Amino acid sequence: MIKKKWKDRIPSLLFFLFLLGMWQFLTITAQIPLWILPTPFQIAQALWETRQLLWMHTLTTLLETTVGFLLAVIFSLITAGIMVLSPWIKRLIYPFLIISQTVPLIAIAPLLILWLGYGLTPKIIIIIIVCFFPITISLIEGLELTDRDLLNLLKSMGATRWQVFYIVRWPHALPSFFSGLKIAATYSVMGAVIGEWLGSSSGLGVYLTRSSHSFLTDRVFAAIFTITLLSFVYFTLISALARIALPWIAKDPDDNLN
Amino acid sequence: MGLTLQGLSKSYYNPHLDRQMRIINSLSFEIETGSFVSLIGPSGCGKSTICNLIAGIESPDCGQIMLDSSLINGLSGNIGYMPQKDLLLPWRTLLENVLLGCEIQHQDKHNALEEAHKWLNQFGLASFTNHYPHQLSGGMRQRGALLRTILFGKKTLLLDEPFGALDALTRQEIQRWLSSIWNQTRHTVLFITHDIDEAILLSDKIIVLSQQPASVLQELIVPFPQPRNPDVLLSSASLDLKKELLNLLIK
Repeated sequence: MIKKKWKDRIPSLLFFLFLLGMWQFLTITAQIPLWILPTPFQIAQALWETRQLLWMHTLTTLLETTVGFLLAVIFSLITAGIMVLSPWIKRLIYPFLIISQTVPLIAIAPLLILWLGYGLTPKIIIIIIVCFFPITISLIEGLELTDRDLLNLLKSMGATRWQVFYIVRWPHALPSFFSGLKIAATYSVMGAVIGEWLGSSSGLGVYLTRSSHSFLTDRVFAAIFTITLLSFVYFTLISALARIALPWIAKDPDDNLN
Repeated sequence: MGLTLQGLSKSYYNPHLDRQMRIINSLSFEIETGSFVSLIGPSGCGKSTICNLIAGIESPDCGQIMLDSSLINGLSGNIGYMPQKDLLLPWRTLLENVLLGCEIQHQDKHNALEEAHKWLNQFGLASFTNHYPHQLSGGMRQRGALLRTILFGKKTLLLDEPFGALDALTRQEIQRWLSSIWNQTRHTVLFITHDIDEAILLSDKIIVLSQQPASVLQELIVPFPQPRNPDVLLSSASLDLKKELLNLLIK
């Protein structure tokens, strides 16, 4: 099955290589200067030459995103849990959740840096803000079970509220929880980079601004590549976790008996 | 003894008409211990409300539900209830699904597991214990749901149109099979259906309900000895019974 999966990916991989080749070919034949658009080869070179510097900056971003993301998950679990158990609190908080999402991040971030300085804290808070919403909403949607018949069945068996929660609501919420996590993970890297742009001493955002201010466009692309890779790694990690946590969905749909 | 309903009534508020609607009107009947009774009535007559009341999901406005001489109005957990849909949890394997009731009631795990394996064999599901519901056919899922109801461990079962969603052939197969299971266990069964043949084939007694608000229109004894051969449906006595039921239901 795994082999087959790889086979499915070969066309898109080939297409990607083709695009890279076209890029390389066109930038050389059109004689586009390095500071406007580097060739893929030059980007690879920049990646290799600044690998130590890049790694150092990546570590900072990695730390911020991991801490911010995990804190966001914890806050979301608590908030969603409370909101699902008490409809009254849900009505109280829900508008704020929506509003928090409509205030542009780029406007809050400078304030946070003004208040909390250039350290890790403001970045972690930015990441929590961007991750909190998708995770909480997906959790609430999953936890709110609408199937009356199922609830009636459990009730007829004499199930308590808590049993209904962990037997039905929680497993029912897991698939949508994981989709929320996937979205949040990619947001978290973006949040960190924005935070670092606005004021920091290290991180991929710092590397990115410094490179672009110096017209080192190949390094800008190297930074973009690293940021993308980081998001991708998070995404893959969460997908793998989802496959382990949701065995009933991971099963091959071909082997059912219908 | 057995399950007795006395003068049961239930109304709901209907916001469209802005008044109380009576769904059930002083409904009384009795099911003797170890007998199989079918409840049949026109669609929309309030069968699901009767189910909810007997299963203890809701309480009646007035009247009594007695199980072996104790009052169970609004008390759940006394009766094995099997709803129309199989409602197997998609994230649980078949084995975990059939043990649901035991888990909720905190029954001894070891015993429950042993019991489950014994029954899974008998239900022809032994090789599917670790399958998830979406990997099973409709008939298997329904058998799984019935097994979950039986393993809940109560002597009285309430089956709410359990085979309504199955195709005709699977349905006949599972009816015969239910009949053979019941002849071994002799649970007290209240079987809700709208299929006249099904009712005649399986039950000792058929209770015919009126249009809403539901009350008992007539009770008919099915005179064939148990266990039954499906051929009884072709006998003239059975055809007379069928005619009588049709006359009661279609007016």
